[in-house]
Amino acid sequence: MTNILFIEQLLNGIQFGTMLFLMSAGLTLIFGVMGLINLAHGSFYMIGAFCAALVAGLTGSFWLALGASLCGAAIAGVLIEILIIRRLYRRDHLDQVLATFALILLLSEGVRWYFGAFPLYLSIPESLNGTIPIFEEIIYSKYRLFIILMGFLIAIGLYILITKTRLGIRIRAGQNDREMISALGVDISKLYTVVFALGASLAGLSGALIGAIQSVEVGMGEPILILAFVVIVIGGIGSIKGAFIGSILVGVTDTLGRVFLPDLLKIFIEPSYATSIGSSIGSMLIYILMALILIIKPSGLFGKS
Amino acid sequence: MIIEKLFNKWILFLLIIIPIFGLIFEEPYYITLTTKVIILAIAGIGLNLALGYCGLISFGHAAFFGTGGYVTGILSFHALNEELLFSWPIDIFGSSEMLIIWPVAILVCAFLSLIIGFLSLRTSGVYFIMITLAFAQMLYFFSISWPTYGGEDGLSIYVRNSFPMVNTMDPFTFYFICLVWLMITLFISFKLINSAFGMAFQAIKQNEERVKSVGIETYKVKLIVFVISGTMAGLAGSLYTDLNRFVSPSVLDWHTSGEIMIFVILGGMARLYGPIVGAAFFIILEQTLGTYTENWQFWLGLILILEILYARSGILGLFDKKKNNEK
Repeated sequence: MTNILFIEQLLNGIQFGTMLFLMSAGLTLIFGVMGLINLAHGSFYMIGAFCAALVAGLTGSFWLALGASLCGAAIAGVLIEILIIRRLYRRDHLDQVLATFALILLLSEGVRWYFGAFPLYLSIPESLNGTIPIFEEIIYSKYRLFIILMGFLIAIGLYILITKTRLGIRIRAGQNDREMISALGVDISKLYTVVFALGASLAGLSGALIGAIQSVEVGMGEPILILAFVVIVIGGIGSIKGAFIGSILVGVTDTLGRVFLPDLLKIFIEPSYATSIGSSIGSMLIYILMALILIIKPSGLFGKS
Repeated sequence: MIIEKLFNKWILFLLIIIPIFGLIFEEPYYITLTTKVIILAIAGIGLNLALGYCGLISFGHAAFFGTGGYVTGILSFHALNEELLFSWPIDIFGSSEMLIIWPVAILVCAFLSLIIGFLSLRTSGVYFIMITLAFAQMLYFFSISWPTYGGEDGLSIYVRNSFPMVNTMDPFTFYFICLVWLMITLFISFKLINSAFGMAFQAIKQNEERVKSVGIETYKVKLIVFVISGTMAGLAGSLYTDLNRFVSPSVLDWHTSGEIMIFVILGGMARLYGPIVGAAFFIILEQTLGTYTENWQFWLGLILILEILYARSGILGLFDKKKNNEK
């Protein structure tokens, strides 16, 4: 029994981790190439989810909704990059933090204005509803399995994009030496817009995918944004590999900690205390993990010091 | 510069005259509003030391503000219920005396900022921003999931904590207590900035390597500034709980960190009176726009973005053309 529960929660952790990866990949890419801290990344997650809910409401198709989340977030990303973000690349981190924080206020309130304060719902398509046996006694939600597969496919896709394609070469060159590649004739501002839109669309997609499990509401991007920050601090800022490993680590630690820590503590202390202490510490576990990693390696697991 | 100094005098004058008018015309609301500005300004003055003068971009000052708030809430909660706060190793009671609560809040926040600073200052740049943010979030989630003190619903303390000889429930009295604290923090900041130690931490903002090369241990200097800064924010949090007679996890939320930062930036970084102007502007904005539209934060966001893109040195910077051009 405990084993089944454990594997199920482990899968939940991995599922959460893959979604964190979609967020943190964009975040770390944008930082690596443009040197920009983008607090407003969570807003693209929200925008993606709202676009999906809107299109699903109009057409009834989940797949069109997913497409809409990608396109909607990408379009929002391009617009915001051209109007505001572009002016921040040369500024110091403080300006970037403040401007993107202000952008969160702007976008969250804007969405609240347009859609109202009530959460929207996005339903899972018929074909992904229900559960599926994985092996023997273990059955798992089809939709969550689908999310895990999507996450891994996108991770592989990103890996190929970065290592094998022309755009990937430019992105890596941009991470190493921005001035050099612009001197070599690469249109750097176009590259920046493309990278920003790529990050935004990944965030938008994960927003839509998660939106179908939870609800689609204003401010939904903020908790996951901060977790994505923890992920890229753990993984090393600018490293996609670090983001992937960090995401899975954070996703699994967070999920397992919340579920099993209260039970684990019951062995040592009174059950009534164990539940409250366990759930409190469980919610802090990833931050403790982050602190530990930083004590050992201040620039993260795969970061350049 | 001269105009800026005049403006500063005006601001202090307004902070005193508005509550007096409130008293005369029996409009306690304006007294409370001014008190709020003062408390938020104290938090801003704290952050300004780290952020404005030392260049430490802390995005986690809500941790200290909120902890100060919770220490106050918890102490008076125990005093009210006449429960023990700790029974081990010795019996410790709660308290509803400000003269006891303040030192406790100050000590706890100093200790907390020592730990957070000790860990965070090992890193720099973006890592520092994100780690301070993450530590604050950690406390935020802790406060939500810890059921004893109200969890997500927050903690009400019903009666404002007391101060010897006076009635703190009277808005004007409480305003005056906060005003005295504002003067104290302003004075400490002023003395610090103009001391030898102050020269050191302001030099670190400009060029840390050079400060190191003259033999100053920059890590220690930064840690001390961070602790002083966090402690001031904690004190403000303590007063804030007493003002509202309520504390909830929202004081630990990262929006609070962002807002304290906004006070500093709106007013103008590394200007002694900057956070007061910033906090006042923020509250005025909230009060005026808030009456017209529920979405006043939309306009706040717009104003902030415009300020960062075009008027980088804040409201006080507008009076100071020379500094304005430097950026």
